[in-house]
Amino acid sequence: MELFIIFFSAALINNFVLSYFLGICPFIGVSNKTSSALSMGMATTFVMVITSIVSWLLWNLILVPFHIEYLQIPSFILVIASLVQFVEMVIKKVSQPLYRALGIFLPLITTNCAILGLALLASMRNYSLIESLVFGFGAGVGFTLALFIMSGIREELELTDVPLPFRGAPITLITAGLLALAFMGFAGMI
Amino acid sequence: MEIIIAILTLGGLGFIFAGGLAFADKKLKVEENPLIAEVNQYLPNANCGGCGKAGCYDFAVNVVEGKIEINKCPVCNDEARNEIAKLLGQEISTTIKKIPIIHCQGGNSKANKKEVDYIGPKTCKTINLISGGENLCYYGCLGAGDCVNACQFGALLINNDGLPQVIEELCTGCGICVKSCPRNLIELHPIDRNIFVYCKNEDEPKKAKEVCDVACIGCGICARKSDGGIIMKNNLAIVVYDSLDISKIPIEKCSTGAIKKKELYN
Repeated sequence: MELFIIFFSAALINNFVLSYFLGICPFIGVSNKTSSALSMGMATTFVMVITSIVSWLLWNLILVPFHIEYLQIPSFILVIASLVQFVEMVIKKVSQPLYRALGIFLPLITTNCAILGLALLASMRNYSLIESLVFGFGAGVGFTLALFIMSGIREELELTDVPLPFRGAPITLITAGLLALAFMGFAGMI
Repeated sequence: MEIIIAILTLGGLGFIFAGGLAFADKKLKVEENPLIAEVNQYLPNANCGGCGKAGCYDFAVNVVEGKIEINKCPVCNDEARNEIAKLLGQEISTTIKKIPIIHCQGGNSKANKKEVDYIGPKTCKTINLISGGENLCYYGCLGAGDCVNACQFGALLINNDGLPQVIEELCTGCGICVKSCPRNLIELHPIDRNIFVYCKNEDEPKKAKEVCDVACIGCGICARKSDGGIIMKNNLAIVVYDSLDISKIPIEKCSTGAIKKKELYN
């Protein structure tokens, strides 16, 4: 039950993008097509899950026992950067068109604060290994969900007659704001 | 002591991840055909899109995969084409260079003006939308130089009479200017074609005479003598190059001089 709560709170109630406002860069950057948004979401979810495991191991087996907690951020970033490199290689191998569609946003997962935020939050809340794994997966699902909803809306927006001054970035940001408001509806469920 | 642990931890982590990535890089290496890069280096890299592909690199990929012919790139010179053909071990069929022909002679000295001044953005697209410009002719060149701005190679300029002129040596035949003209006055023709009707005016003969000194007024003299080399359509003579016999075209009979040989143009 505890795990369920962690999963849903990470995915919906405290959605990383729409409640914590972490990882806004790919949220705006890659959300113009549902297909690439989904792939981006999956790549980020993968990185999040592995990061939550590795960073838990790092935190509980090395950093805390040796009392070098102050190395938390650099070592977590090291983990994330290497993982993103790995994911990039895999995607390049598996699907060239996807690799080109994601473009610069793929290496930019490295600097996606949602992932560092996830690792820091998990260690701050003293989650167990299983808990932080579920937390990472929930956060990834929430991120994918937010990207997917946003890209769906943006695909529809392409077809609508938006007033000239609002075309492009402004209407996207307004949409993002309304979406965040809608997600506020989950607040207080748990 | 503490600093040594810190160094060892971060250094060790870095070492482990670097090793892992190096291993993964070996395992997951994408075999990219080295030919693509070599072909790409001979391409103009102007990314003009004249070949119909998304830029020069995409063209190189398609050429190497045999999906498109080398000479589909209109910008490459023969030297570059030969180099690419050598790389791929292909023969290329030589294509004749194409250059744009501007089908209007109604410069400031020839076209008759409305009694108005146009004040507004100086682009052909705007002028064409708003008022049709200062000229009475609604088919002719607007002279604001959208084609000149569109050309990435500096091969077009507006001459003293207010008409665009092609500098054949600089022109690569990419066809960007053709799309830029809101009145569709520019057409690509092989460089050895010699005879053109330099007018697109479809007005009735009387009106055509009024609006411009050098309009095709649709009299049809050229078409009657040409044996199918020229046909009349909407009061306009159109050259049919497939069935053209230049010797039969009575160029000198054209009362306005709308039909001309290329060397006599301007």
